[in-house]
Amino acid sequence: MFLLLRHTVGLASITTVHPSLHPKCISHEAYIEPFAPSNIMMPIKCEAELLGNEKIAGDTWRITLSAPALARGAGPGQFVMVKGGKGANPPLWRRPFSIHQVIDNERIQLLIKAVGTGSEFIVSRRPGETLSLVGPLGRGFTLPEHAENICVIGGGVGAAPLFYLTSQLLARSTKPDTIKVFLGGATAADIQVLEKDFSGLGAVVLVATDDGSAGHHGLVTELLFHDLDPAMQWRVYSCGPQPMMKSVARYCLDKNWPCQVSLETLMACGISACLGCVVRGTGQTDLDGGGPYLHVCKEGPVFGAGEIRWET
Amino acid sequence: MGDLGNLLRVDIADGLQLVNPIMTASGTFGYGEEFSNFVNLDRLGALVVKGISLKPRPGNPPPRIAETSCGMLNAIGLENVGLEKFVSDKMPFLRTIQAPVIVNILGDTLEEYAALSENLNDIKGISAIEVNISCPNVKKGGVAFGTDPAMVFQVTEAVKSRTTLPVIIKLSPNVTDITATAGAAEDGGADAISLINTLMGMAIDHRSRRPRLANIIGGLSGPAIKPVALRMVWQVANVVKIPIIGIGGIMTVEDVLEFMIAGASAVEIGTANLIEPDATERIIEGLHDYIEESGCRSIREIIGSLQT
Repeated sequence: MFLLLRHTVGLASITTVHPSLHPKCISHEAYIEPFAPSNIMMPIKCEAELLGNEKIAGDTWRITLSAPALARGAGPGQFVMVKGGKGANPPLWRRPFSIHQVIDNERIQLLIKAVGTGSEFIVSRRPGETLSLVGPLGRGFTLPEHAENICVIGGGVGAAPLFYLTSQLLARSTKPDTIKVFLGGATAADIQVLEKDFSGLGAVVLVATDDGSAGHHGLVTELLFHDLDPAMQWRVYSCGPQPMMKSVARYCLDKNWPCQVSLETLMACGISACLGCVVRGTGQTDLDGGGPYLHVCKEGPVFGAGEIRWET
Repeated sequence: MGDLGNLLRVDIADGLQLVNPIMTASGTFGYGEEFSNFVNLDRLGALVVKGISLKPRPGNPPPRIAETSCGMLNAIGLENVGLEKFVSDKMPFLRTIQAPVIVNILGDTLEEYAALSENLNDIKGISAIEVNISCPNVKKGGVAFGTDPAMVFQVTEAVKSRTTLPVIIKLSPNVTDITATAGAAEDGGADAISLINTLMGMAIDHRSRRPRLANIIGGLSGPAIKPVALRMVWQVANVVKIPIIGIGGIMTVEDVLEFMIAGASAVEIGTANLIEPDATERIIEGLHDYIEESGCRSIREIIGSLQT
């Protein structure tokens, strides 16, 4: 896509030196590595056959779709827009979902929490039925050449894009024991399937639950504070509720650790036509002296922690 | 297949003949490039780009959009790259497509509209100007240009006098009498009228008791507004002689036919692009098949053919 290609060039200009080499005073500078060009594929629209539909927690489902043309070019952190209804008066907009996993370059999985009419329609499809997809969309995660000393931290259904990411990280790592995954959920039942699956990839998995029924009793961010050696240099990837990501981002910026977050916003189109999905960036513009509006569907959904203005 | 070129051809103004009546609505199709993988842009009747102002505009704070029953609200705040960047960054791509490119313009003062018109007149690759008059006139206490027939006349004249390009005035539906503003546009020299822009609306989250748009109010679009748009197109068709471009919740071939029967010579597809990025091409194909099967010699036969 022209826009993404041009954007890649733009990104290169803000990729400077490894942040650990920066003096502390500019640690809040945007930090993100160039988007891997191999991940850039023009988005397509397709009807994807549903191959499987598995309930993995109370209201969370993992669906498997056959979408070879789309799956081939989809990078970790990218997303698809899924039509959430048919017939009379369906929800107008498609619904955005991060790609949870790509299997054999031809199937994609989505992790979907049923929270409304659109998502409920999608998770209630049976094998053999089709769903309309547009994707792959957006700027995904950037991966280091050698994956080591990495922390992947997800809250709730925010684990969705982190699964594909973790499998890709492990595929390029000779030190899988230095790749840690922290998962947070309300209860043990919410995260036991994900915990097992992330462990199955070969990562070191720690969990936290709100009610203490599994793992650490408390917030998943507390694992970040207590279980990562602060004297070491970590690379952190995160997706989850806004307060969690804000906390992760601030901690990493303070430690000068490269950190990428995947944001979620309302989206009408996902293809940068409506310009509805903005968040506020850092830096300076004429706009009340603050940063520019960043379009989550195009400049994101993955951002460097320092690119986002985290509201207090 | 019949003579595709003639079957769907419609005339909007001198020098603005469309191979089919399907245009894109400003603000729903970016600057064209965004859709190049979903639509063969060469096949469009015309491509209307995101509204351009003299200076870049950052747009409104989020949330900017809200989904409603059969529609959506937006308060994007006319975010755009500004005239200079539009010409340097967006026009080179737009010159590569065969469809006529129509530039939508907006301003806060008469002078801004006039300056935009004058500047665009000399740019290669532009087939017409569409004027968004739903913006507040900052010199007249913030009253929207489009709600006052006298101001509609002035804006139309100001734009028209600075350009030799065809000028389309895009009417606001947020008025008591749409025929008054339509007549003012015609009197001011407009070559065509497009309608309707979005209807002002609002959505509230009852749990938080907060508006669902940061701007509190926004513009309603999508199928929800189609009956209002059809009514206004029909009313305007009864009073003006210049061609009308119908806009408002068009999702299907049937919707297009309804607008044309009401009196529109062409239509703009808006919100549908956001949901089905290939909507325009799908509708063009469907329209061609429909006209061919209907036995009409041309789609022009159905314009204003409402039986009452």
